[in-house]
Amino acid sequence: MKPVINVVACLLAALLCLVAPARADKITVAAASDLKYAMDEIADGFRKAHPADQVEVVYGSSGKFFAQIRNGAPYDLFFSADVAYPRELAQLGHAAAPVRSYALGRIALWSAVMDATRMTLDSLTDPAITRIAIANPRHAPYGKRAEEALRAAGLWDKVAHKLVNGESVSHATHFVQTGNAQVGMIALSLALGPDLASKGGYWLIPDTLHQPLEQGYVITRRAGNSALAKRFADYVEGPQARAVMRRYGFILPGEDAAR
Amino acid sequence: MLLTDSDQQALWLTLRLAGIVTLILLVVGTPIAWWLARTRAWWKGAVAAVVAMPLVLPPSVLGFYLLLAMGPQGPLGQFTQALGLGLLPFTFWGLVIASVIYSLPFMVQPLQTAFQAIGERPLEVAATLRASRLDAFFTVAVPMALPGFVSACVLTFAHTVGEFGVVLMIGGSIPGETRVAAVQIYDHVEALDYLDAHRLAGVLLVFSFLVLLAIHVWRPGTRKIG
Repeated sequence: MKPVINVVACLLAALLCLVAPARADKITVAAASDLKYAMDEIADGFRKAHPADQVEVVYGSSGKFFAQIRNGAPYDLFFSADVAYPRELAQLGHAAAPVRSYALGRIALWSAVMDATRMTLDSLTDPAITRIAIANPRHAPYGKRAEEALRAAGLWDKVAHKLVNGESVSHATHFVQTGNAQVGMIALSLALGPDLASKGGYWLIPDTLHQPLEQGYVITRRAGNSALAKRFADYVEGPQARAVMRRYGFILPGEDAAR
Repeated sequence: MLLTDSDQQALWLTLRLAGIVTLILLVVGTPIAWWLARTRAWWKGAVAAVVAMPLVLPPSVLGFYLLLAMGPQGPLGQFTQALGLGLLPFTFWGLVIASVIYSLPFMVQPLQTAFQAIGERPLEVAATLRASRLDAFFTVAVPMALPGFVSACVLTFAHTVGEFGVVLMIGGSIPGETRVAAVQIYDHVEALDYLDAHRLAGVLLVFSFLVLLAIHVWRPGTRKIG
């Protein structure tokens, strides 16, 4: 009988170790996947400036974060690729502070197997291009704007059959990065990232062809009393973070597109 | 029907994919299971482990490696390009190949168990009656292992219907080509169309329950042959 009790005790102890929450002053940031490189750098800068604070950044599609936060996901800040998502969260009472705009995103054509710097949208009709990666226009902000650009250029009907849909702009980027799609309509911020910049050039899609990709963030209700969440938001709006965002091709609120 | 055209298209595509994968695995999986059930080779363990790997590997790992392997630089991609077939990702047949790998253990393992349960004796008897090995397999082993075949096929089919991660990684959500029901539901949810998501998800829920119910209620093994 004794050994059985010992085994049960050990199992219980193991279970307790696994479920015990590790409490510390810590925030989790949900960030749209176009922020991958920029937010990594910004969070690193913040951690260096505030060594005692713990910041965890999770990347994903804005629509998914919206649904998750609505259903109580433990994110303290939400940086969306489309300001409409945080605005709706605020309307539903999930925000602790007003929604703020933090950047305008830009879309670029990028390729690992062709010279994208010499492309225009018209190049997409080239028969040599059989697969074009795009974020799913039904729900991904970058996909929606890419579709608008194709429609505005009168190309949608000619290239729709070539489109392969990624669940987010980073997923679409993965398709084109591996060469499975010859061209991708991806975020400029990802094309400028270290993984892609060394492997191919890009062509910037004129932002006159689509609605602005206005990106916004919000501090969620659960972080209403978190000084750390506030500190991080201030840092993102501060000069160091803005410099990083600018380097990754984002246009900042109050700054004109001088490109 | 409550379902939209694109939902019906996704369902039909899913059933077609699962049907083709089940047929292919029936042909490919049976000899593997037979060999695993009877061999005494020292490397049997390694083969069994490889066959079982899709059970353990996250679909994201499988999908990631398949995308690289089938891509223009990957070995499989170079092979299909040399054959003039083009590249497999984002095509229906790409999904078929991925699903064959993904669902392999669901065909092989029930069959292997069924073959092992037959034992040596019936086959030895068949041999004394001058049945060739192939003859013995089809006239003795297959009928005796019939319940195993049924559950292996049902499980393979159902598991392929339930496939999501791998399809998401290599599919590209193309209507009528790679947008299967699971991906369609995901797209509905992502687009916050919860009503559409509920409808299609409800269909799958009922389907999975009926399949599992069928396996548990209908047991052909109870009427023993021989």
